[in-house]
Amino acid sequence: MADTIQAEAKRPLVLMPAPQISSPDTTQSVMRNVLIALAPAFVASVIFFGFRAALVTIVSVAACVGFEYLWCRLRKLPNTVDDLSAAVTGVLLAFNVPSTIPIYMLVIGDFVAIIITKALFGGIGKNFANPAIVGRLVLAVAFPVAMTNFAAPLVTFTPADVVSSATALSPTAPAITLMDMFLGSEMGVLGETSALAILIGFAFLLATKTVTWHVPVVYMGTVALMSLLTGHDVLMQLCSGGLMLGAVFMATDYSTSPATLKGKIVFAIGCGIITSLIRFWGNLNEGVAFSILFMNLWVSHIDALTRNTPIGGEKKRKGGAKHE
Amino acid sequence: MPTEQSAPPKRLRSNNRIGLMIPHNKATAEMETVEMPLPKQVILPMQQHVGAQCKPLVKKKDHVDVGQLIGHAEARTTADIFSPVSGTVTELRAIHYSNGRSDTAVVIEPDGEQTVAETVKPPVITDYASLVAAVKASGLVGLGGAGFPTGLKMDTDLSSIDCWLVNGAECEPYLSSDYREMMERPQDLLDGIKLCLDLSGVPRSLICIEDNKPKAIDLLRQMAADDPRIDVLELPARYPQGASRVILKNAMGRAVPRGGHLTDVGAILFNCTTMGEIARYVRTGMPLIQRRITVMGDAIANPMNLMVYVGTPTREILDYCGLSCEPAKVIAGGPMMGTTQIDLDYPVIRQQSGLLALSEAFTQVAPTTACIHCDRCISSCPMHLAPIDIQKAYRKGDTAALNELMADLCVGCGICSYVCPAKQPLTQSVGLAGSLLKAERRKARG
Repeated sequence: MADTIQAEAKRPLVLMPAPQISSPDTTQSVMRNVLIALAPAFVASVIFFGFRAALVTIVSVAACVGFEYLWCRLRKLPNTVDDLSAAVTGVLLAFNVPSTIPIYMLVIGDFVAIIITKALFGGIGKNFANPAIVGRLVLAVAFPVAMTNFAAPLVTFTPADVVSSATALSPTAPAITLMDMFLGSEMGVLGETSALAILIGFAFLLATKTVTWHVPVVYMGTVALMSLLTGHDVLMQLCSGGLMLGAVFMATDYSTSPATLKGKIVFAIGCGIITSLIRFWGNLNEGVAFSILFMNLWVSHIDALTRNTPIGGEKKRKGGAKHE
Repeated sequence: MPTEQSAPPKRLRSNNRIGLMIPHNKATAEMETVEMPLPKQVILPMQQHVGAQCKPLVKKKDHVDVGQLIGHAEARTTADIFSPVSGTVTELRAIHYSNGRSDTAVVIEPDGEQTVAETVKPPVITDYASLVAAVKASGLVGLGGAGFPTGLKMDTDLSSIDCWLVNGAECEPYLSSDYREMMERPQDLLDGIKLCLDLSGVPRSLICIEDNKPKAIDLLRQMAADDPRIDVLELPARYPQGASRVILKNAMGRAVPRGGHLTDVGAILFNCTTMGEIARYVRTGMPLIQRRITVMGDAIANPMNLMVYVGTPTREILDYCGLSCEPAKVIAGGPMMGTTQIDLDYPVIRQQSGLLALSEAFTQVAPTTACIHCDRCISSCPMHLAPIDIQKAYRKGDTAALNELMADLCVGCGICSYVCPAKQPLTQSVGLAGSLLKAERRKARG
């Protein structure tokens, strides 16, 4: 024919099961969003704690990625470094240590996080506890002095010479203004001091639909309510310690938080109550890491008890089996 | 009620959060339907419906007329096949589908005369039973894609049905053929609904349309304003609003029990094009010989809504619309639930609403990685299932757990696979799990 038939597939057509399209999101893009959301807190940590903060973060990321890579090589597993989850763990662990931490301690923490907490339990998605939190708690127990050797912030917005080695939550800490705490000019671990930076990151996570608002808001809301009931300063409690960092970045970890909405809310309330209990009546100044770890252990049970009821799967009340 | 007529038209709307916003890509939505000329041949598979495969009633070299019965099966669940053209049967050949199914196809070469068969005459409709008989005789099937015989669906006890639902959601991305039906032939749709309501005694009808089609919503609201029985329900444009159980939940707040049907909870649902087709059949007696498909995809030079004869081969449609590049993947239906075709010799079947030709870019699949427990499949499942848990249980062969997870409630919409960042094949797993459960149940019954 003169008008040649153009419709000719030279190669065999590709056969695929439905759906034929899929969302552009991948594990890597999800983790990249988390890393981007952590960037403001990173910038804040460098402003307040200087070059050493950047060094700690870079070393921690390098160590985590290195451990993940080595594990995959040694166990002859597919290389999972490029899903960026090890990098996220590295940043989060760095954000959970003071800028003065000796590097070897940091690397031990990274080992605990990546190898012991994550890889030994089957890798991404299968760990039952948040790797960065376990890393932080192991370091806190093993090196209590180094882990509370906080440097004074380089930039301060209140003219006062604050030199101490406890967080603002400690009863002996000197008075610190709320504005300083909100912006991050306080002593503490790298990533937790600036509530503002963390909130910017949270907004990014919400905008990209990486996480939903439920866990962070319910967690912080529970702590606020408990503070109100027990007569503590609500804003001070929200902005101090690791609450915001924990609520936004660590309690929302996919693997270690429940899957359903109901489950997430139960989980977040649990985190909030335990954090408040530790803060107000416990011997520790800070309870975020322990409370999240404790609730991590309950996730499979919460999941089992808060399963969604499928539409049409409601318990039959009348009639019974209509068919068959 | 007299007060209702003076009030402004009701703006019924459902604000559910079921499913997910998926890019619609309905670029052809505002394009008038183009009629494609007679193809060089039509290929008519003997199964273009759910149910028993028809037996061909013609043989090679037979002459057939438009609307002549050429395939029939002695079964309850089946739908007759009619010739859409007049011409000569050139061969009866086997046709194999990508899902492993095989069928016989009657191939007809049109003579261009389009002489209409003597059997084609408007049916005599006196009551609901005669309407059902006429629809059964017309071979009409659900034109939204399911292909369930319409007459059989109508042939049910209607005493408990209080709403005649019409599905104009068209939630599949890319497709706009139902939308064009509502815009171009709204009177047929309303005539069909009125006829069914009049004869069946069902008190009410709801036309359910996604809110990304405001023109169709306005048009049908206006045109149906004089009939208090008919309302338009706006649904949010979130995939999969068009799934029958989702529509039911939104329109009437009811859930179909496991293993049940819509009629068990007082509703019956038809696609909007199917309703229009009932009206046309009753008027003319001509069975469905042409249907509108959306031809789209990045390999198509001129995307359009095309009125084609049933049985037109893909190749001729692609020729007609032009190709901008070599197609790497051809899909019958929409991108979420459609099936890929093995080659370009497949015909358009009567319940097919789209034909997509996609370039190499759409064949790239990101590698499957480990589940990160992100809960997206769970939070977006329209049936509130837990796809990832079902997949785990299915891989363990744990039917007790599958039963508890109610895998058989899956509607196969594909959204779990779509959202999964780890690209796990969740839709297939859940589908397989559902089949396994149903098979186990049959085994248990003996």
